[in-house]
Amino acid sequence: MKMTKVEQKTIPLNGDEAVAYAVKQCDVDVVAAYPITPQTIIVEKFSEYVANGEVDTEFVCVESEHTAMTCSITAAATGARTFTATASAGLALMHEMLGVASGSRMPIVMSVVNRALSAPLNIHCDHADSMAQRDLGWIQMYAENSQEAYDSIIQAFKIAENLEVQLPIMVGIDGFVLSHTLENVTVLPDETVKKFVGIRQIPHVMNHRGEIVPFKLDPEKPLTLGPVALQDYYFEHKRQQEEAMKKALKVIKQVHNEYAKQSGRSYGNALVEAYRLEDAEIVTVCIGSTAGTIKTVVDDLREKGIKAGLLRLRTFRPVPVEDIISNLSGKKAVAVMDRSSSFGGNGGPIFIEIRHALYDVSDSPKVVNYIYGLGGRDTRPIMIESIYKDLQNIAKTGQIENKIQFVGLRE
Amino acid sequence: MSPQKKNWKEIPIAGVCWVPSTDYKTGDWRSYKPIWNIEKCIRCMNCHIFCPEGAVTYNEEQNVMVYDYDFCKGCGICANECPAKAIEMVMEGKE
Ligand code: SF4
Ligand code: SF4
Repeated sequence: MKMTKVEQKTIPLNGDEAVAYAVKQCDVDVVAAYPITPQTIIVEKFSEYVANGEVDTEFVCVESEHTAMTCSITAAATGARTFTATASAGLALMHEMLGVASGSRMPIVMSVVNRALSAPLNIHCDHADSMAQRDLGWIQMYAENSQEAYDSIIQAFKIAENLEVQLPIMVGIDGFVLSHTLENVTVLPDETVKKFVGIRQIPHVMNHRGEIVPFKLDPEKPLTLGPVALQDYYFEHKRQQEEAMKKALKVIKQVHNEYAKQSGRSYGNALVEAYRLEDAEIVTVCIGSTAGTIKTVVDDLREKGIKAGLLRLRTFRPVPVEDIISNLSGKKAVAVMDRSSSFGGNGGPIFIEIRHALYDVSDSPKVVNYIYGLGGRDTRPIMIESIYKDLQNIAKTGQIENKIQFVGLRE
Repeated sequence: MSPQKKNWKEIPIAGVCWVPSTDYKTGDWRSYKPIWNIEKCIRCMNCHIFCPEGAVTYNEEQNVMVYDYDFCKGCGICANECPAKAIEMVMEGKE
């Protein structure tokens, strides 16, 4: 896409630094965070910006992640633009407040540096942490590389704060694979980003006096937030959240396209990225950094005349059902790769969504599941190749031997 | 479900209260009801100060304590704090 209008510069940043750099440019009012590996660099880097006076953000050093989220919710409730970051156990500790954030419709942006959950203790990448939070009403996006992490954080503020959405967003980046690996990241000028995200928009709501007031805590225009809603109204509020998720599908695309015009960078249609998919017969589906490895394998296979392709989900909540159907129906065999396990479930979380979306499609492909890379287990091209080999067999015979398999595991 | 309740498209987002909290009568949770005795009461105002619901007020003109049973939840704090034993907690329906 050659529409770049502004002068950009390319600097070496690791994934965490790329996130911190984006947050620095987004005119954020409050950052409340607690450091945890492998997210630590985000918090360290951002507190450096604060100490150097490069931002006028209020940085709150909280004593736990539960408080990081509580503080983010209350800051956002006053109309402040709010960011936080966490990983693994930290995200798990936030669990209770994540539902409060989404139920209270607080447009918080959070970077989740994906890391395995204990036990055994492990600091490396898998998606168990954020997958465990997938039903809590947060938009979830996953970046393939540090460039996309930077770009997605900027987009995230504009998506979350959209008047039709008003939902919190977590942007996942793979722990260590992205967070601690230097990459050339092209960044927009400060002014461009500031203008792009603009000033936080505030919707209007009816208060207890029947007046229409801005949806934020303001002593001049009081409203009551976070009350009890029992059998009579709770259900209606949850339905509203479903609607906001549905609207987010459209807004994520809009914001992405608008951003692409400024930066010249785009990621598929914002919800999914199809890689050499058009004439593909055998396809893998994944999220996050593994897509990079898969793309090189797909290129190699294509040179050998094998019709391989990749569908990367950039957005996992809301699930882009239409895009899954349009990209995968008619294919012969699909392997969904999950970097987390839903113990005792019928496959990993992404597999469940993909297979389910294709159930009603008449020319639905054979769909199998590979659990891989738990606790940071290296995901090598040879493993991906073996998956495509399996898919070739399934495509040829029409038979699935093992619906759910583990790849890269010592059997 | 009663017809006057609003649907999900009509209510404000995030559970913002669009009606005063006083519209929500919490008094029907009560199992014990405080019964005030005009004879024993020395008008010390303890019940008014201690009631967590603000359900006890003083009517100066008539010199009486007034109980708002729409919001009294029957916790019994007023009876406990009353130095004159002028408040009796009576099982609902048996007063
Ligand atoms: S019983 Fe409790 S709520 Fe009722 S008037 Fe006494 S103190 Fe107030
Ligand atoms: S606490 Fe007892 S004595 Fe004091 S005002 Fe109340 S009822 Fe009367």
